[in-house]
Amino acid sequence: MFMDYTIKIGGEAGQGAQTIGDTLTKVFSRLGYHVFSHQDYESRVRGGHNFYQIRFSDRPVMSSRKKIDITVAFDKETIGGHLAGQAETGLLIYDSGSLKEHYEGPRFIDIPFARLATDNGGSRIMENMVATGAILGMTGIGPDLFLKTIREKFSGKGEDTVGHNVNSARAGYEYATHHCPSCSFSIAPGAEPNMLIGGTEALALGAVASGVKFYAAYPMTPSTGIMNYIAGKAADFGIIVEQAEDEIAAINMAIGASFGGVRSMTGTSGGGFALMTEGISLAAMTETPVVIALGQRPGPATGFPTRTEQGDLQFALSVGHGEFPRIVFAPGSPEQAFYLVNKAFDLAEKYQIPAIVMFDQYLGDSNWTYRKFDTGRLVFTDYRLRGDRFASLTDYKRHAYTASGVSPLAVPGDAGHVVVTDSDEHDEAGHLVEDAETRVAMINKRLFKKQPLIRSEMAPPLLYGNENPKIVITGWGSSYGLMKEAVDVLSVKYDIAMLHFSEICPLPLTDKFDYVKTLKDSSLSICFEQNAGGQFARLIRAETGYAFNKTLHRFDGRPYLLEEFTGDIDALIG
Amino acid sequence: MPSLDDYRGETPAWCPGCGNFSILKIFRDAVLELGLEPHKFTIVSGIGQAAKLPHYLKCNTFNGLHGRTLPAATGLKLANSGQTVIAVAGDGDCYGEGGNHLLHAMRRNIGIKLFVHDNRIYGLTKGQASPTTPDIIHPKNLPFGILSESLNPMALAIAMDCSFVARSFAGDMDHLKETMKAAILHKGFSLVDIFQPCVSFNNINTYEWYEQRVYHIGPDYDPEDRVGAFRKALEPEDRLPLGIIYRNNRPAFEERIPVIGEKPLVRQEQAPDMSKTETALRDFY
Repeated sequence: MFMDYTIKIGGEAGQGAQTIGDTLTKVFSRLGYHVFSHQDYESRVRGGHNFYQIRFSDRPVMSSRKKIDITVAFDKETIGGHLAGQAETGLLIYDSGSLKEHYEGPRFIDIPFARLATDNGGSRIMENMVATGAILGMTGIGPDLFLKTIREKFSGKGEDTVGHNVNSARAGYEYATHHCPSCSFSIAPGAEPNMLIGGTEALALGAVASGVKFYAAYPMTPSTGIMNYIAGKAADFGIIVEQAEDEIAAINMAIGASFGGVRSMTGTSGGGFALMTEGISLAAMTETPVVIALGQRPGPATGFPTRTEQGDLQFALSVGHGEFPRIVFAPGSPEQAFYLVNKAFDLAEKYQIPAIVMFDQYLGDSNWTYRKFDTGRLVFTDYRLRGDRFASLTDYKRHAYTASGVSPLAVPGDAGHVVVTDSDEHDEAGHLVEDAETRVAMINKRLFKKQPLIRSEMAPPLLYGNENPKIVITGWGSSYGLMKEAVDVLSVKYDIAMLHFSEICPLPLTDKFDYVKTLKDSSLSICFEQNAGGQFARLIRAETGYAFNKTLHRFDGRPYLLEEFTGDIDALIG
Repeated sequence: MPSLDDYRGETPAWCPGCGNFSILKIFRDAVLELGLEPHKFTIVSGIGQAAKLPHYLKCNTFNGLHGRTLPAATGLKLANSGQTVIAVAGDGDCYGEGGNHLLHAMRRNIGIKLFVHDNRIYGLTKGQASPTTPDIIHPKNLPFGILSESLNPMALAIAMDCSFVARSFAGDMDHLKETMKAAILHKGFSLVDIFQPCVSFNNINTYEWYEQRVYHIGPDYDPEDRVGAFRKALEPEDRLPLGIIYRNNRPAFEERIPVIGEKPLVRQEQAPDMSKTETALRDFY
């Protein structure tokens, strides 16, 4: 048997579910275990009901399970859900003093979080540490690494704070080891530490590692974490991060900086992306490279600000007025986010086009573990015409016609030549024109010449599972981990495989891997999307003529848990 | 040193008699006198008759979207703080569509020189009211006349503590040239609102109308006195002061960004530092 446990921490916003979750995931990954966590929170700073769910195992995990082994309840709503069977079996720890309620039964363990915190010199806020210690005490995982992690986390806050946190944690740990007779967890031996990284951080780090020099954005969940991460690296890596007055300014600033000669990026969610649409069209017309991170959340309008959906695919595919090539990527994991944002930068610069990297709240807030990311796989080519190379030209036209449609992208000021571009239709020199011939020639250059080249850069979808599957589950973006684990579970019963798309636009050619044939050869194809309308299924039908046999949709703003998903797939297979 | 020929551009498509012609000519004289070579500065513009100006010159040009001149110029200035970045806009473009960006560019005090060709009307779309159109004009699309108060760009800029606030007139060539040169040499954000007669759609604010009202601010005026500047900006329209109405010495935005330091961003190493990337990755263990 593999070790595979799930811990859920529930409470009001501000009660510390996040702190406990972050601490536990760090401890588990450092012990060499594999971790997957996801978060569910409301759009408020205090109150409400939030939870943080952590799965840890001695083999890779990449989705959340319905079965909970330990629940930590800081509010009655968590307990209500537990009693209602939302969590199968498992133990629940709570503080009857804080909740002013006592629960009977062997599954309920009353631990005085608040009293243990105050008794050990801490304030009530340190009940987080007591609870974290208690969880580790229950599992039987030794406290050393945990206490070391706390010392590191609070080292900047003085010896007293460190001491109180450590003592509170130890008290929780000791209490649980003596008051949980029904605790019987089989903990696998540890291994080399894993890295633990979230989707948002991986995407942002990928941008930093791709040479982003300018990032402008307006805060919007779930994209704000990208700006925060890059801002944290700005001084060290020499990056300018600017909080724009709105998303219109953000994209136009990024385009202006890119015109100035540096790699530029912005990030937003659906509403902000709507404001960026004209700017994306400007990037296309002026052939100015720009990368846009689009963190989806349920719409229309403000929708569910803190929840998840894959509802903006068709929007991204068609964003911006006029006709122009663009790239749309949708990584399925933090690892894919890291490498795909690098590819997005490379292709945006190479072809002088906008590149959109889509994710969603689920992927953004999920933490995954890996042995390592390989920076050797990152590419960096400076496609821009700078300095002496630019100065050595006898003549320069920003939008010169070329065989590939790609004109030399020069840095203004680096040579005596001027760099001219225009949002109006323009000639090779960049000046506005009205004539029909130039218009046709420019469409040929910008669209028809570049598009096939861009398309040939797209990697085919990933087939995982049976090589000649009778059943194919297809999806895109953040459903990768869920579908992959579902295939592992269901392959006991079926000849089943997953087809996962992370490079979506232009849709990959079938020369390297004929995925359309794989779909046609199957006896049942199911397309799963976290949206109501089946936007990816529509894309495949429009581009390839292939219609999926069945589709599965979820649009309540919540991610699928593994058992729910395999159950629904099973039902569709029939 | 450059010569006037170095700045020669395409043939303007403006109406005969348009105030833009003299602004174009004076602009060329101003950059020539400053010795600013065509590749050493970039004009960022949006949409409107004024926004076409860079095409009629020779210089680096980013002619972007209506109203979005300042954000694009801000990005460019941050990427290359060594370039002189000049934003050219009309009153509709800058005070209407792009009003929000103007507020924030003034707050930042980013080193952009903004020249607003203020003809107090929409020209390109044929005669609608702009934020500065006087209410005695009756545009076709406003059946009950102009009901909104006219925007006072000088008072707005002083309220925002904009570091260089000036006004000039397309019909006063020497004054306009000197004002443009002072604005270009100013560190930080400068706003020059240029009275520009529109011969096609504004028959109120004509050359003659301006000539009867404009006057030069005298040498005893203190442009660093903010309250006095407000008083000047709020003078009734029968007298229109020309000159530097307000200025201060706030540091420019780009000077306050440590990342820029010795060299503009674009002159720094563009390739990502892989050893720093490895260090950043170690934070996740």
